Amino acid sequence: MAMTMAEKILAKASGNKESEAGEIIMANIDVAMTHDLTGPLSVESFEKIGLKQVWDPEKIVIVFDHQVPADSIDAANNHMIMRKFVKEQGINNFYDVREGVCHQVLPEKGHVVPGEVVVGTDSHTCTHGALGAFATGIGSTDMAMVFATGKLWFKVPETIKFEITGKLQENVFAKDVVLDIIGKIGADGATYKACEFGGETTRNMSISDRMVLCNMAIEMGGKTGLVEPDQKTINYLKGRSTKPYEIMKTDSDAKSLETMFVDVNELEPQIACPHNVDNVKPVSEVEGTHIDQVFLGSCTNGRLSDLRTAARIMKGKEVSKNIRMLVIPASREVYTKAMDEGLLRTFVDSGALVCNPCCGPCLGGHIGLVGPGEVSLSTSNRNFKGRQGSPDAEVYLSSAAVAAASAITGKITDPR
Amino acid sequence: MKGKVWKFGDDVDTDIIIPGRYLVLRDEKELAACVMEGCDPEFSKKVKKGDIIVAGKNFGCGSSREHAPIAIKGAGISAVVAESFARIFYRNSINIGLPLIEVKEISQHISEGDIVDINIDEGILKDLKTNEEFEIKPLPDFMLGIMEEGGLINFLKNHLEEIKDE
Repeated sequence: MAMTMAEKILAKASGNKESEAGEIIMANIDVAMTHDLTGPLSVESFEKIGLKQVWDPEKIVIVFDHQVPADSIDAANNHMIMRKFVKEQGINNFYDVREGVCHQVLPEKGHVVPGEVVVGTDSHTCTHGALGAFATGIGSTDMAMVFATGKLWFKVPETIKFEITGKLQENVFAKDVVLDIIGKIGADGATYKACEFGGETTRNMSISDRMVLCNMAIEMGGKTGLVEPDQKTINYLKGRSTKPYEIMKTDSDAKSLETMFVDVNELEPQIACPHNVDNVKPVSEVEGTHIDQVFLGSCTNGRLSDLRTAARIMKGKEVSKNIRMLVIPASREVYTKAMDEGLLRTFVDSGALVCNPCCGPCLGGHIGLVGPGEVSLSTSNRNFKGRQGSPDAEVYLSSAAVAAASAITGKITDPR
Repeated sequence: MKGKVWKFGDDVDTDIIIPGRYLVLRDEKELAACVMEGCDPEFSKKVKKGDIIVAGKNFGCGSSREHAPIAIKGAGISAVVAESFARIFYRNSINIGLPLIEVKEISQHISEGDIVDINIDEGILKDLKTNEEFEIKPLPDFMLGIMEEGGLINFLKNHLEEIKDE
């Protein structure tokens, strides 16, 4: 039977030869990730089941990234709950406050390989589909089931495949492509579906750029993002993972496959305007909009390539006196490489604050919150009302290039 | 289930239901005190046990935070009725035993303050003010099973060995 990549991965995970969209299957989980913010609820739920031991400590990965270092007694207490769980359960794949954002740390440390089923108590777990894994966000009680049994039920999703073609203009990036797609199909345009990104433009993209596409799949309601693995994927895995993997590809005649064609030749930088990710406008329509803060970072755009792009634009220039800029590398690896390349020096010289690897203001629960009436321009993935602090603040989303150019001028600026 | 309606629009996201700064909390009552603060800071004071939320499409979009359905349930809301739900929120709600009711175009027909009567067995939602009746989209059997056993934790306690052997 012709199948999509999602169907093939879920068939294998459930011990079946085939699986078909709509079917409910019980999948064996390869990687179960939780973090400091949703982890404590997962542990609490697991304890309610009454079991002493998790199914397989080697398949659990725990990353502290949302509130690191702890900014309150409640946060410190959550960290303590998780450290105790790690110790009791003998979990070796534990990254305390020093390592960075889970969706960057997992691939970097080789925890994700093609063909696996990855679940995480974080909606942006879909990022890992950039390596050809079926990766999806789940809640804490679902995670308790995974901790207990190593299994989770799924409805096999239909697939919407975005065939992306054309050459991106200078200073136009994967973020602009995916914002353009979300603007077109809407915040629920892909609900319950697997969002597969293909076409020559995707194939020409780096793994980092593919992660940007997959990261934002949830912002159109998608169950997972996926990119067909290729030589770039294999090269990325070298030196990171020794796990066996299986490359699966979507059959063009798969029944549950719907294709949408996206031409990016003429695409200009895109901005998601308050308060919905699908409220997308080309930068030319919002140029000059006043901003108070710029945030460069997150699991969407806090990678080395983003920092390089921003530093290139900001070198020798100064962040506008009217605003503040936060630069938060997505991981320790990104941080040290940015240090070696002199990027952090460029940011600090320009007047930006460089913070430790963490989620930062993205979730509005840790550092860099914005106040009533303030405007944030952010390279992260959500601009919901109240997302970065006050419900009376506004959040605009953009690429790293727009963020950097805007930090200099103090207003939303086209980097081209 | 019978209750007074609180109306919300389309795309009610998890940051509206429970903002990120409260995710350090885990207690149902503490979370309930901040529920819907993103769009109505007084909501938690106004809502009464048994009340029902009626909303448009894509309710619960955004984060995987289970704090969102926990806060709604903790506030005493007996069910959320919407035209469609975001998928992680949907799973989380069923898992903790918060009934979600999917009804086509319901937003246009129900007003805030109406009393609605929901009969899951018969698949009917009735507005007692207008006497209009609406058909509920049935839950898949598998999820109905989880609901009927009082959520996923109870379901797991009852079926742990079967699931492990599957």
